[in-house]
Amino acid sequence: MSTNPILADEKEAVIKIRGLDNRFGEQVIHQDLDLDVRRGEILGVVGGSGTGKSVLMRSIIGLQTPSEGQIDVLGENMIGREEDEAKNIRRRWGILFQNGALFSTLTVAENVEVPLREYFHFSQTLMDEIASYKIAMSGLPADAGPKFPAELSGGMIKRAGLARALALDPELLFLDEPTAGLDPISAQNFDELILSLRGKLDLTVFLITHDLDTLYAICDRVAVLADQKVVAVGTIDQLLALDHPWIQEYFNGPRGRAAAKA
Amino acid sequence: MVMASQSISGKGEDNADHCYRCMGTLTILRAATTEREIAAMADGMTIDLSGVERMDTVGAWLIYRAQRDRGAIVTGESEKIRGLLAQVADADRPVRVVPHKRGGVLGGVEELGGWAAEFGQTFRGLLGFFGATLIGFYNVAKRPRRFRLNAVVQRFDVVGVRALGIIGLMTFLIGIVIGQQGAVQLEQFGAEVYTINLIGRISVRELATLMTAIMVAGRSGSAFAAQIGTMKLTEEVDAMRTIGVSPIEALVLPRMLSAIIMMPLLAFFAMMMSMLGGGVFCWLYLGIPPLSFIQTIREVVPMTDLWVGLIKAPIFGFIIALSGCFQGMMVKSDAEEVGQRTTAAVVQSIFMVIVLDAVFAVFFSSIGWA
Repeated sequence: MSTNPILADEKEAVIKIRGLDNRFGEQVIHQDLDLDVRRGEILGVVGGSGTGKSVLMRSIIGLQTPSEGQIDVLGENMIGREEDEAKNIRRRWGILFQNGALFSTLTVAENVEVPLREYFHFSQTLMDEIASYKIAMSGLPADAGPKFPAELSGGMIKRAGLARALALDPELLFLDEPTAGLDPISAQNFDELILSLRGKLDLTVFLITHDLDTLYAICDRVAVLADQKVVAVGTIDQLLALDHPWIQEYFNGPRGRAAAKA
Repeated sequence: MVMASQSISGKGEDNADHCYRCMGTLTILRAATTEREIAAMADGMTIDLSGVERMDTVGAWLIYRAQRDRGAIVTGESEKIRGLLAQVADADRPVRVVPHKRGGVLGGVEELGGWAAEFGQTFRGLLGFFGATLIGFYNVAKRPRRFRLNAVVQRFDVVGVRALGIIGLMTFLIGIVIGQQGAVQLEQFGAEVYTINLIGRISVRELATLMTAIMVAGRSGSAFAAQIGTMKLTEEVDAMRTIGVSPIEALVLPRMLSAIIMMPLLAFFAMMMSMLGGGVFCWLYLGIPPLSFIQTIREVVPMTDLWVGLIKAPIFGFIIALSGCFQGMMVKSDAEEVGQRTTAAVVQSIFMVIVLDAVFAVFFSSIGWA
């Protein structure tokens, strides 16, 4: 591991977090948290329940104003930003929420068209076509487009959420536990999908996950959240060399070892 | 003929040799322009991608579409772009955005049939729910230990006590309005003293109960539907069932009991407030002192009027709670449905309350409680 394990070279950082504090009343979630996400990498974020993985993601994408600290995304400071300025950044990222967060009154295809409609003035035909191929790319069957979210299974909702996240061909993709609740085959397909999209679209992926197979299969680096901060970032091999009790237990538990063998 | 300068737009077209040259970035940002430019080219054009530095799937889709529909020939693409083109080609499916709907007369008939079937189902569901509620009452009566006193008392507070302010204010103002309208008409033949009769009888017999029912339907009936509906969505109701807690006993009975018991109390309060409003009006506008107002009320409002007003109240409460809880329980799919069901609960219960009120009016006058 390099001399400074957490911070990357300034230039290649797509997301740069410095001194992030998040508090809810008395409860301290993050304290003095630093993290860099490099361009083109898939960064896995792991941590026990309640270590603030989702809060970290919400802080980066501006849904949660941190108590203190600085967050730069794609070279722009995100804290205290006007809504209009933030729009330029929002266009360049896509977010898959844990439960899909599809708009329940719209069909899957219409859901994918929402960001397109918001930012561009395309012909309806082009928008329908874009929605259609994004849905197919996300691994949904052709008849999923005109379905409403309530008619979909959990795995299909995730895929539809991904299709919407990819609608604008973002540079930066946030995935909150994308494979949770998927069967192993779907989860593996999902991993492969992310990998192939990353290769073709120069995506940077911020991936919150508990899925050890996903970590081994697609993550370039893994950031470990513990003790209110990022305690380590690196490849899994680098992390395994560290003497942190949680990291050892996580990767060397029976599940961790099984995933490593695969 | 060069149509667009390469240096400005990053793209160039040359119609002379049917060649469309793309330069720089071919991404979603330039998609609208690119689509238009390709549409302006003749079929069988050549698309030269050698100058493209960055392409995304939208750009790839536009090129792929030109290949598919317009017989375009693509040259100069890099390995990466070829991969992208293959990927979008692989994802090419028939476009379907909204569910298929039958149009014309057949579509109308289908829709009408759908409504009729849904109406029938709703009616059957309501009867079933009514039955389940009665069974719930019976079960609780048989085993009073299962009665959820805390839940019921909490509902009393929400449905009854917290409604006092708004219902009091509303009926106070209505008392004033009745008095004012009555006085204007009765003054014309010097009978303004009969304003008191009007205020007393109409408040006690009809308006206080009716207005209270409408307010309770809006306040509590809607809340019942929304609460239970949301609990259905988050699978709380299912969780209850699997644990062995009857949702009817835990959710419906407390709400129903609170509405049945609170309605007459609120209605009585509303009658008093309405007469208070009327009394204040008579005192200030007609110069009738409060004491003689009360004296006259006691003489002209028969006891049967009070019974008429109070007998209706618990029945209205039952209808409001039944409709609210039933609509809540009917929620199945999504947040939108919670809204629709809540609206339906309020509209249905107010409608039924007014229909029943008319039935009661006829009934009570025919048994001589005029």
